Amino acid sequence: MSGAISPALAQAAGAATAPLDVSLRINGTEHRLSLDPRTTLLDALREHLHLTGSKKGCGLGQCGACTVLMDGMRVKACLSLAALAQGREIKTIEGLAQGDELHPLQASFIERDAFQCGYCTSGQIMAGVACISEGHAGSPQEIREWMSGNLCRCGAYDHIVAAIQDAAAVSSSKQEG
Amino acid sequence: MHPFVLERPRDLSAVLALGAQAGRNDAPVEYIAGGTDMVQLLQENVRRPDRLVSLAGVLDDGIEIGPQGLRLGAAATMAEVAAHQAVIEQFPLISQALLNSASPQVRNQATMGGNLLQRTRCPYFRDVGYEACNKRVPGSGCAALDGENRWHAVLGTSDDCIAVHPSDLAVALVALDASVELRGAGGDRSVPLSDLHRLPRDTPHLETVLEPGEVITAITVPANAAGLRSHYLKVRDRASFEFAVVSAAVAIETDGGRIRQARVALGGVGTKPWRLSNVETALAGANFEPAVLRQAAALAADGTRGRGHNGFKIELMQRAIVRAVEIAGARA
Ligand SMILES: Cc1cc2nc3c(=O)[nH]c(=O)nc-3n(C[C@H](O)[C@H](O)[C@H](O)COP(=O)(O)OP(=O)(O)OC[C@H]3O[C@@H](n4cnc5c(N)ncnc54)[C@H](O)[C@@H]3O)c2cc1C
Ligand code: SF4
Ligand code: FES
Ligand code: FES
Repeated sequence: MSGAISPALAQAAGAATAPLDVSLRINGTEHRLSLDPRTTLLDALREHLHLTGSKKGCGLGQCGACTVLMDGMRVKACLSLAALAQGREIKTIEGLAQGDELHPLQASFIERDAFQCGYCTSGQIMAGVACISEGHAGSPQEIREWMSGNLCRCGAYDHIVAAIQDAAAVSSSKQEG
Repeated sequence: MHPFVLERPRDLSAVLALGAQAGRNDAPVEYIAGGTDMVQLLQENVRRPDRLVSLAGVLDDGIEIGPQGLRLGAAATMAEVAAHQAVIEQFPLISQALLNSASPQVRNQATMGGNLLQRTRCPYFRDVGYEACNKRVPGSGCAALDGENRWHAVLGTSDDCIAVHPSDLAVALVALDASVELRGAGGDRSVPLSDLHRLPRDTPHLETVLEPGEVITAITVPANAAGLRSHYLKVRDRASFEFAVVSAAVAIETDGGRIRQARVALGGVGTKPWRLSNVETALAGANFEPAVLRQAAALAADGTRGRGHNGFKIELMQRAIVRAVEIAGARA
């Protein structure tokens, strides 16, 4: 897939530069890694930490499948170098549920059947969590605009918007209650 | 991806000593800020620096409004500036241009400095599979001249390069007479944004006036641009998350039903953010009659040159100006 460095290619490019010691804080746990400086945060998550919930759709910032939260804000992990994410608090789809209890948006994605193949889903959910906490989930139109960085090849958009609306209603009723 | 050494200097003087240079493909040392453009260029082997110098944590990320006007630290993110209350109230054109750019994720990562220095979206520049690109490889030719050039520029072009400067923010800022503050080994200087980018001429590989080592430290917008009625109109191939086919940044001061002064800049059509002083002069004193606005906007066509697929932009940009002036004029 475009963007991944195969070991053979890396060798052909004239041997990688010295690995860096990188410490990443993911879902509340500190991980110490030795990484090629070229490693993106997405590759560090998937290839080195085996947290494969974050997906690589394009590797170029265009699809949103790799969306994670960094210090509470949504970012594209494929456009971040892992070494530059040191010291930041990173949250991935694996860190969203509390034990066996799903995050309200995970639950509403299931309830609303907001996916077909599921490839975009973890990115949609992470972006949706941020969309709600930012206060950008007030109407279907607003949700569509603020979720435009996440593409769905299966075209599950109507259900995704409905799921985010449902979860936004839950979180605002919790705040009021 | 070409192997590089990642430098993470702790302060600005250490940064400057490394001699990185943005906007040149032959520069062996380059900066990375938010990384949203740089990582793409590295992934696609368009940029192959030996050293990458991170600007994280060493540049100002403040947003200040005072009697002098607006000052945006180079490390402020697109999202922070777009959501800043005083920016929304006094310089809504800037906020609007930013909210119409990229996606929420990218706006959380991308910085002011990186936005102004992002590279062109010309597909031939971004695909090393094409040999001919004077901007990427000086002297190699230009695949866009007789290629797929629907997205390319009609203003400021040369026979060596017709690539569009893709920033929406820069179009709004150039309409508001913004400047950039630079710091280099030789000290500080301030450059009008309209002079930061070079025309391609016969050296399209030299994109800016930045000297080796120089960084953008801040963007400043004079106070006299505050409070104007404005509109950023972005025409694109899909409703959101797309670069401009044509965009118009308009800011006007009105007096009764007349325009006292106007600032007009275009995106998607120029090899750099493009200010239209001839249209501005024609709009000064004009009323909002459609025929009057159309006549003024027609001056935007001066000096344009279409190359086939992109000829439609010459008419579209005039209509975009008229529409943006009408919307700005209708604002309270
Ligand atoms: C999917 C996608 C869609 C997009 N859509 C739009 C859009 O619609 N409109 C739009 O305007 N933009 C769009 N962009 C581009 C985006 O705005 C830029 O990628 C971003 O602003 C670059 O900022 P950065 O901090 O990430 O820069 P980086 O990628 O880190 O750097 C970009 C360049 O600037 C240099 N640089 C950075 N900071 C400084 C500094 N302070 N001094 C000197 N040199 C510096 C770097 O060396 C590099 O050459 C899009 C990007 C993506 C990925
Ligand atoms: S338009 Fe410029 S960037 Fe595009 S192929 Fe021609 S020289 Fe390269
Ligand atoms: S994989 Fe990151 S945006 Fe597509
Ligand atoms: S569910 Fe298949 S890509 Fe979205």
